[in-house]
Amino acid sequence: MKFGVLQFPGSNCDQDTAHVLSAVARQPVVMLWHASPSLEGVDAVLIPGGFAYGDYLRTGAIARFSPVMASVCRFAAEGGPVLGICNGFQILCESGLLPGALLRNAGLRYVCRQVHLRVETADSLFTHLLAEGQVLRLPVGHMEGNYFCDEATLTMLERDRRVVFRYCSPAGEVTTASNPNGSLANVAGVLNAGRNVLGMMPHPDRSSEELLGSADGFGIFQSLVQALSAVGRT
Amino acid sequence: MKAHVYVVSKQSVLDPQGQAIGNALRKLGHAEVAEVRQGKYFILTLSDALSTSAAHAEVERIASGVLTNPVIEEFSFRLEEPSR
Repeated sequence: MKFGVLQFPGSNCDQDTAHVLSAVARQPVVMLWHASPSLEGVDAVLIPGGFAYGDYLRTGAIARFSPVMASVCRFAAEGGPVLGICNGFQILCESGLLPGALLRNAGLRYVCRQVHLRVETADSLFTHLLAEGQVLRLPVGHMEGNYFCDEATLTMLERDRRVVFRYCSPAGEVTTASNPNGSLANVAGVLNAGRNVLGMMPHPDRSSEELLGSADGFGIFQSLVQALSAVGRT
Repeated sequence: MKAHVYVVSKQSVLDPQGQAIGNALRKLGHAEVAEVRQGKYFILTLSDALSTSAAHAEVERIASGVLTNPVIEEFSFRLEEPSR
């Protein structure tokens, strides 16, 4: 089993993500440079946070045209697991692998703090070790994290239980006050129709060790590792 | 030939920047401003060898495929013929 972490010019959470996979989850990791179409035979792809290509036009707008993303799109279409965190989520939306878009935060400010997330579904490669209704404490750090999609898309996401995480209070109530960026329906993470692609704004890569203030994010990595090893055994 | 491309968020999409500017204008006494939407403006300088119809098609492709995200934005453009 091998994990691939994408690296764009401007990625800045690539090492954090690779660290969690290698040092905490004890899995083999390779870094995948944006200019190469090769995924080097990895079993899962992680798109880290940062500012790919400087995010100049729109977040993720240029990254979606990179050689590596063409391969990631094919990998995802074949059912390969892809986890996009923060800028990775923005890139997945721009690439059309996930529905919707991330707008400028409603408060117009960069938001960098701990938030609470309610796990809305355990039915995914990324959350099967978590309990529905469980509250996680993870950090966010973004300017464009305001999830938006049209009404028909939101209805479909809700119906198919593709909203994975919602911003909530420490007690798990989904409220306007607990929404850090104005996201529609407090959406913090969504799945694709095949449930093998997850995009989320909060950072499990920055919350997988108690030393960092919370290890709540590690359950997401653990779920993915266990799901892949189960596949390997069969 | 130049192409002037205007990109603005769809009416259904929240535009907090436009709202903030609208609020500021009203505070400055411009009470008649009902709404502000902020967008982007691109000026593309194209090869003069391009015919108007080819330029039209090319700018349409660039604007819809790269300069805008159709989920949240829409665009319009006009071509400016080179002065002879």
